[in-house]
Parts: sequence; C-alpha cells; structure tokens
Amino acid sequence: MRGYVSKGLWRVLLALSTGLMLSVAVAAPDGEALYDQNCASCHGYDGQGGVGIPLALPAFLKSVPDEYLFKTIRYGREGRVMPPFKYLSDAQIEAIVKYVRGFATVPAAAVTLSSVRGDEKNGARLYTKYCASCHGANGEGGKGTGVTFSRPRDLPVIAPALNNKGFLAAASDSMIKMTLMNGREGTPMQSFLKLGLSETDINDIVTHVRHFERSEISSISINNDKEQAVLVQDSPYDLETTVNNVKAAAVAANYRIILTQPFDKGLAKEGKESQKEVVIYFCNFGLLNSVLALDPRVGIFLPCRVTVVEREGKVKVMSINPRHMSALYNNTELDKACDEMTAIYKNILEEATL
Amino acid sequence: MKRLLLIGLLVCSWLAGPAYAEDLLMFRSKQTFPEAMLALQGSIVEHGYIVSRVQRVDIGLTKSGYKTDKYRIVFFGKPSEVNAIKFAEPELIPYLPLKIAIFAEGQETMLVAANPVQYASFVRNTNIADILKRWENDLRSIFNDVQ
Repeated sequence: MRGYVSKGLWRVLLALSTGLMLSVAVAAPDGEALYDQNCASCHGYDGQGGVGIPLALPAFLKSVPDEYLFKTIRYGREGRVMPPFKYLSDAQIEAIVKYVRGFATVPAAAVTLSSVRGDEKNGARLYTKYCASCHGANGEGGKGTGVTFSRPRDLPVIAPALNNKGFLAAASDSMIKMTLMNGREGTPMQSFLKLGLSETDINDIVTHVRHFERSEISSISINNDKEQAVLVQDSPYDLETTVNNVKAAAVAANYRIILTQPFDKGLAKEGKESQKEVVIYFCNFGLLNSVLALDPRVGIFLPCRVTVVEREGKVKVMSINPRHMSALYNNTELDKACDEMTAIYKNILEEATL
Repeated sequence: MKRLLLIGLLVCSWLAGPAYAEDLLMFRSKQTFPEAMLALQGSIVEHGYIVSRVQRVDIGLTKSGYKTDKYRIVFFGKPSEVNAIKFAEPELIPYLPLKIAIFAEGQETMLVAANPVQYASFVRNTNIADILKRWENDLRSIFNDVQ
C-alpha cells in the first residue's frame, strides 16, 4: 500500500512537473500582459508617460538599442523612481522590450559596444557649457518624475541622470555618442553636431560622462532598513492637553491644522467613537506641493497626521516615519525631503510632550 | 515519501517563478477621475469595508494657490479588524485605517497604496499578519475592479 501510494504520488508529481515544464517551454512570455502588469502604471498603457517618462517617442526609440531597454528594466535607476525588475526572467524582459518597440514604427538604434576615448578635461569643459543646465553639474539629471505634477506635458522627457549607475550600466559609449550627435527630435536634446561641435568634442563629452562611474556621486546607496517605522513619544500630560500641545507645536512649525477627530470617526457608529485615540491632521501646502512635485504618489503618507493614544492612563504620541515610507519610492530627492519631514515630526512630538 | 513530496513541491515552486512582494501597490485605470473614484468607493464597500473619510488634497492645494489636478485620499477599513489591530499592535495605529491615494493623469487615473503586508515585519500576532495578507488581496481586487 505504502509503495503504491509512493508510486502514484511520484507519477502525479512527475506529470505535473512535466506539464508545467512543457507549458513554460511552449508558451512565450506575453509582452503586452507583462508591460501592462509591470510598466503601464507609470509609463501609461500606450507609453505616453505619467509618473514614468514617455516611452513611445519615436526619437527615443530609434536612438536606443534593445540592450539599453533590457538593462534599464533589469537594473532600474537607483534613486530615480524606476525600480530594478529583478524578478523578471530574461525572456520576460525581452518580451517587454519587443512590446515597447511596437509603440513606434522606427528601427532600433544599431550601436556597437566599443568604448569611446577622448580628452576628459575638454569633455568636462564642454559638458559644463552644453549639458549641465539640463543634466545637472554632476550629471544628477532633471528634477521630479515623468510628465505629471512635476513636469508639464509640453516638455516630453525629463533629462536623465547621467551619473546614475543604472544608466551607465545600460548605455554604451556608442549610444551616448550617437545621442549627442543626432539629438532627440521632440525633446530638448539637440544635435551637438548642428550646434557646431566636432566628433572629437563629442568623444570628449562621452569620456566625461563615462567618468561619472568613478565618481562618488554615482555610488549613492540608500539604506532605510534601520529606519524605525513609527515615531513615538510618551507624554506626561493627559490626552486632551497632549492633543492641544500637538496642535500648538504643528502651528509653530508652520503647519495649518486641518482636522482633529477620533481615530475611528466614520468607522464606529456616530457618537460611539473611542475617545482614547485622537488624530490631528495638519498640512503645509507649500511643502506638500513641493513634495508632490518630487513624487506624486506620496498621498499615502501625506498630508501629515499625528495620533494621540491613551492606554491605562498613559498617553503616547505617534506618527509614521516619513524616512521609513520614502524607502518605498526609490527616489533620492524624496529621501532628502523625507529626512527633513522626519526631523520636523520629531520636533513636533518632542514639543508636544516636553 | 516526505523527500519525494519536498522535491515535487520544490520543482513546482521553481516553475511557478519567484515570489515577489511589492511594497507599493500601483494601478492605472483607463477611466477618468470621477468614474474611477466612483468605482473605487463602490468596490471598497462591496469588499465589506467602510469608507471613513475622503481627503480632498486638491481642494486644499488650489485654495492655497497651487495648481494641481484632481487628487484625493480615501480612508477605509473594517471596524472589527481595525479595533483588533489597534489593541494588539498599537504601533500600527499611525498606518491605519487603510489609505488609497487616487489622482488624475490626463484622462486616466492612478491609484496607489502601501502594501499592508510590509507592516507584518513589526507584528507579533499571527492573526494580525493574516489580516494584513487579506488586506493586500482585497486591495489588489479593488484595484482590479477600478481598472
């Protein structure tokens, strides 16, 4: 009986495994489905952009090889909204690249992997003169995200961060050189040949861009693992006094009080809400506007709120930690803003419980 | 026997692909903002939750002189579950109730939520971890409804 069950089970498992193997081998990844699932929320179903940059620009698609698109999906852009898609297989990424190619009927750029050698010093000079106003003095790229709150739709792309590890891994010297020589029609990126630069000058700029790989700026690492998720302070005061203290501290920090209400307002029946947890909503709309420009998805932790909780006569003041939340966004600019917000939150909690 | 089962499960799980937990749940709806907002609130209620508040961020920004497209935050929860968590795991209170940020991008609408499962890292009670997993599933289902 035991042997029979084992053999039977073995056959079932074998059949299941073989069936799955065959289905995996036969069914090619569906590029459209994968794009919709992984890319469309940021880049739009038709590649017109949103939180992410527009992909459907013919000038963009004809100036980048498949390899660049593949590596961009695989490595992402550290600290620049675009995450690395480590969990996708090579075949799945290839299917997405093929689907993205379909956004425009232009051939992919034919670029070689050969490196370009030039005069880095002259490249730095030319970079400062021609490139820095859009791409930043140190290649840090344009501000904000794609073409939404932070980016008017009449400016179709944000200047990429040229010092970014992901960009430098994805873009070959030849691709950068070709982009400099031809520009990208429909974007602010102009042909440097038409601007009067020689091919030698362009080689020098490519060499300068490549040097960002060796600079400290390109090795920014984000490590929020040690960040506590919640900021908490014990209050020596009763709940009502603490609530008033939080409001006064928020106003002193240049915030406007929006609302003060029981934590379960709207969830519990009217009049039956707990009086042991009170939420204070407050906002500095100027700050909110600037943070939305960095990343429009921050609504899940903004505008600000602090909760005052009483348990067995002891009062605590607590809030989310913006720095902890910013780790969800892969956005270095947002990290900086959230650092400041965390400091402000801590001050408010401390002021309220002094 | 056990070894066989283990081998079989390993083969099947390898073929099914790596598990991946997104920290940020994002969906784009092809509906305009008013349609998506209506569908969102309807789906939240259909999933057994109560919409406790809608924060109109865009109104506040506009009144303060800033240009913005439509932007709202929808707060919602199930009273019994929120109550269970606020006593069992008080440090989760700042993250409650559930929130979805919804904003217009041209003629389409974006929906964003933090994946509740990420809070499981500071939860000791397995029942609460189960609730967080269910919330993740419900959020995905709600987003699919709006999509």
